[in-house]
Amino acid sequence: MGVEQKLGNLGVATMKLEQAVNWARTNAMWPMLFGLACCAIEMMSAQAANYDLSRFGMELMRASPRQSDLMIVAGRVSRKMAPVLRRLYDQMPEPKWVISMGDCASCGGVFNNYAIVQGVDEVVPVDVYVAGCPPRPEALIHGIITLHEKVRGEKITG
Amino acid sequence: MDDYKITTDALDDVGHLISERALKGETVLLNMGPQHPSTHGVLRLLLELDGEVVVNCIPDIGFLHTGIEKNMETKTYEKAAVMTDRLDYLNTVGNNLVYCLAIEKLVGLDVPARAQALRVILVELQRIASHLVWLGTHGLDLAAMSMFLYCFREREMIMDIMEMVGGQRMMATCIRPGGMWRDVPAGFEEAVRQFIRIFPKRIKEYENLLTRNPLFLERTKNIGILSKEDALRWGVTGPMLRASGVAHDLRKVRPYSGYELYDFDIPTQSDGDTYARYLVRMEEMRQSLRIIQQALDKLPSGPVRSNNRKFVPPPRAEIGVSMEALIHHFKLWTEGFTPTKGAVYEAVESPRGELGVYLESDGTPKPFRVHWRTPSFLNLQVLPLLAKGHLVADLVALIGTIDIVLGDVDR
Repeated sequence: MGVEQKLGNLGVATMKLEQAVNWARTNAMWPMLFGLACCAIEMMSAQAANYDLSRFGMELMRASPRQSDLMIVAGRVSRKMAPVLRRLYDQMPEPKWVISMGDCASCGGVFNNYAIVQGVDEVVPVDVYVAGCPPRPEALIHGIITLHEKVRGEKITG
Repeated sequence: MDDYKITTDALDDVGHLISERALKGETVLLNMGPQHPSTHGVLRLLLELDGEVVVNCIPDIGFLHTGIEKNMETKTYEKAAVMTDRLDYLNTVGNNLVYCLAIEKLVGLDVPARAQALRVILVELQRIASHLVWLGTHGLDLAAMSMFLYCFREREMIMDIMEMVGGQRMMATCIRPGGMWRDVPAGFEEAVRQFIRIFPKRIKEYENLLTRNPLFLERTKNIGILSKEDALRWGVTGPMLRASGVAHDLRKVRPYSGYELYDFDIPTQSDGDTYARYLVRMEEMRQSLRIIQQALDKLPSGPVRSNNRKFVPPPRAEIGVSMEALIHHFKLWTEGFTPTKGAVYEAVESPRGELGVYLESDGTPKPFRVHWRTPSFLNLQVLPLLAKGHLVADLVALIGTIDIVLGDVDR
């Protein structure tokens, strides 16, 4: 029983603040322009004309971690890169999310060796894992939509 | 100026690479990367700047070191082929090709004519796709955003063809020792022909946007001039070498996989600047189209895999009826094949230059040593030379024009 039902159509939508904030967050999520390896090329494909990531309000890749709220770890993370990755994550303002794109970022993939971190979740907390080597642009978009669903269910107070 | 002093112990690693002026505080040290939109991956550059002019540029690589060479040495020859795609991820099929050529040379394996022609078609398509990514990102770096969208639109057509052949957009590993993984599906020829029909118009579209665009000319003409002598001295190969006036292309100089059958030119330029490299790569796409057209017209029929069962697994249909085929299949997929002791070096012309692989066999089913001679690694070495005296903004154009792939540099 909302106020609209009592007073008729006022051209106003009522909702919880939480819903409104999460709705806004999902529709203007700015990923960081941060490619590591092969998956970065598929991430670029996802932004290009055919797959058009801007349909989800995400065409604006920010080159600076300070302006972005989503980190897409696209590719294998080497032991030399891991501290850099953590530092970039720490520089992002809250609230922030991480998508681990591809097998290498998720679990090391085919590279079980001395050089590659066996899953980026050893370094940063991951919200969504996207499988594939490399994942198709559709798979990445699916991962992003999954993340949106997760964000919609989040509480805005700690 | 006095409060700006760098202590030398903070510069232990790079102290000898920067000039004396940096220690006195006359020039500024600036870090660029590894996360930077224009470094095309995870390249880190330490810049020594005098105002906006680059005095020194010191690349720091290894942020994408993957240990691919060592990883390949732990696998049998055929299974290691999946690793090769992930080296230079814009030239996946080309990496497969050079690795398979090396194995074929090592064990003396024949490749059917149809497989050779198909390899050429796929590798040339991949070359176009790679140049498209270069053109798109190079344009993006120089503020021509629409180039990125246009180039990726055409790249998707090639990706669709790759997917048709190998079931995967990028890492198909469809070239195997002794031929191809399997024959191409029915719609392949039509799809490639359609691409050849459409693409020349699209190249013209790109050229209309860039070739005489004053903004583009301003950013590329006389930027990063690489002389012929320097190019040869630094071991630069590929379009960079050809833009400096050396007509060296492994497809002509030392033909492989039947390149001697096709008629094509090696585009060269003499200026050696960023614009010359742009012209060379644009013309290379046209030449690749010519090669694909000829290969398609002359495409022979027949098998796509060698019949040598000691090295090439038998087809699935044979396993059910032939005991011998079953044994070969089992042996090849559990143990792998065993080349005799020896070493080979095989090289192809990748979109970036001479891509070579050195394989050493010690008589076991796994390679004793795999080494990659990657073009990006050697081409990147001239960046400090090119960057000296240019503005920071030009550095962005220079990184783009070298066309590095960090997976190729760091392996």
